[in-house]
Amino acid sequence: MIERTPILDIVTQLILLLGLVIALVPLWLVVVAASLNLQEVNTSPLPLLPGSHLIENLVSVWQRGDLGWKLFNSMLVATLVAAGKVFIAALTAFAIVFFRWPLRMLAFWAIFVTLMLPLEVRIVPTYAVAANALGPLQTILEVTGLARLWQLATGVELALEWNLLNSYTGLVLPLVATATGTFLYRQYFLTIPDELVEAARMDGAGPLRFFRDILLPLSRTNMAALATIMFLYAWNQYLWPLLVTTDRANYGTAVMQLRQLIPSMFSEPEWNIAMAGTLIVMAPPLLVVMLMQRWFVRGLVATEK
Amino acid sequence: MADITLRALRKSYGGNEVVKGVDLSVPARSFLVILGPSGCGKSTLLRMIAGLEEITSGELTIGGERMNDKEPRERHCAMVFQNYALYPHMTVARNIAYPLEVAGVPRALRERRVRETAASVGLADYLERKPGQLSGGQRQRVAMARAMIREPRVFLFDEPLSNLDATLRVQMRLELRRLHQRLGVTSVLVTHDQTEAMTMADLLVVMNGGRIEQAGTPLEVYGRPASRFVASFIGTPPMNLVEAEIAPSGRLHTELGPLPIAVERIASGPVLLGVRPEHVLLATGPDNADLELPLELVEELGATRILHARLDGRGFAVATAPGLPFPPGATLLLRLDPSQLHLFGRADGRRIDAGLVRIGEQVPVAPTEAVAVPFR
Repeated sequence: MIERTPILDIVTQLILLLGLVIALVPLWLVVVAASLNLQEVNTSPLPLLPGSHLIENLVSVWQRGDLGWKLFNSMLVATLVAAGKVFIAALTAFAIVFFRWPLRMLAFWAIFVTLMLPLEVRIVPTYAVAANALGPLQTILEVTGLARLWQLATGVELALEWNLLNSYTGLVLPLVATATGTFLYRQYFLTIPDELVEAARMDGAGPLRFFRDILLPLSRTNMAALATIMFLYAWNQYLWPLLVTTDRANYGTAVMQLRQLIPSMFSEPEWNIAMAGTLIVMAPPLLVVMLMQRWFVRGLVATEK
Repeated sequence: MADITLRALRKSYGGNEVVKGVDLSVPARSFLVILGPSGCGKSTLLRMIAGLEEITSGELTIGGERMNDKEPRERHCAMVFQNYALYPHMTVARNIAYPLEVAGVPRALRERRVRETAASVGLADYLERKPGQLSGGQRQRVAMARAMIREPRVFLFDEPLSNLDATLRVQMRLELRRLHQRLGVTSVLVTHDQTEAMTMADLLVVMNGGRIEQAGTPLEVYGRPASRFVASFIGTPPMNLVEAEIAPSGRLHTELGPLPIAVERIASGPVLLGVRPEHVLLATGPDNADLELPLELVEELGATRILHARLDGRGFAVATAPGLPFPPGATLLLRLDPSQLHLFGRADGRRIDAGLVRIGEQVPVAPTEAVAVPFR
């Protein structure tokens, strides 16, 4: 609907502008603080214009925080989570929407329930599983007496162990196993007309062919949206990487490292260094959002016809 | 080029039976049109032939081979859907080529066949477009080309013209017929549009409530409707139906009064008398009029004019040549031709074949009677 409401237009523009300022001021302060030296950053009030030490601070934090390696870790984990999520979500939604099988509704609800149990809620059991991914299987074998049977038959005690702590697998897998993406795909798949599915059947395409040739190309925008969301989600993870990695030098992520840079009450108040680190750590997700934005918005807002 | 036979074909969803035992045989190279109101099971029947719906019971053969449990791709049928069902992300060329792509036909051959097929339906200049950039008629052609390229044994059309505007529909109707003449592929088309059905069919099947009401050539179905349903479903305006009684003497007494027409060879009782609007004649004077009805309104169609008379809230239509204006409220003097009257049982609605003659005339001239003589 198009209406001419000049006064309302101005008011809404002002509200938008206000929101923008509120959102941008902290960001601006980060930039300002990152460009000051130690004395300047600790003066009160904080200067509102940037100083001249930005490059110097960036170089210093890059070396001190080993940010090159940490950024690589974060990048790897976030990319794997995004890719794994896109792949798994597409496959599960495909199974749930396009096939009639007996346990379909059960599977659907099982996936749905995981939405209500985010990682933070089930962090202790998830940690237990990460410590030994075969633990649940071991428990099942012991409870059913199969482990005992194995011991009697071979004389060897059965103790399965697959440790995921301090590994990329451990960082990635628990983040991949959530339901969000499945639902995004499910909703999109439901809008695909039955006739399209039937046309593909008449043309002789089997389910996998249909998935590859028709569903995947049609859901490109969804994939981009989901990949962006999951990349940010994985990049911003703090609690889980902190728990699952004790070998911080090798497996630490950028966000964990950022926490190390924040001055404590016993150290020098080097907020300029911490802010320079912030700038570096938030750059990759910002880039991803900027590059994916066009796709991302289309995937969330409307379905391409 | 294959014939299709359906034997006692049934389809139920749970306890709800949609197709209630259909027997039909479609000769190879013919064009079958299944006509019926929405919900009569015609689309389900087509989808059962295609393999998109499972057959609950009965037998389907295509080219003599039992097809009940075959996958759609093994039946060698091609289908054109109502909404065309083109793949929106593929170009026209790839849409047309897709059945061949799935079948693993080499690229060079595929491209040649696409060019040929597209040219034959007039799409040669549109190969690189996406379906979203095409008009309705062009999309329809893409759907046809996609069906043709596989050289199927059977073409299935599910209301293919219903999304087109009126002009385009007439044009595509002719094109479909031309295509059928050129390729000679057995075709089955489902529609609720009687004009489409009449003009396109070699064999016309009228369905109602999951059953076949009548199967025959379009002229047979129009000229000798097998039931009250067929009579009122085909023809614009539909056949006039009037309640009547056959007196013991054989004379017809209608709700509009007695007619000087006698029924031979059947017992007296309640019937429905049917007469098509174009078979009602205008009487030259009160002396030779069989019916007198008040005129309600006039529809001018150019080539013909439809006079609508009032009859207890129902209409009684008369088709005449355009001529003198009739003022509303005028009385229509009508004469009936006994050879063009149809009788239906009032209880079961089935056609009753009987000789109808004008009382006082010596020679019964009833073409219906000639067919009804029980020897063959």
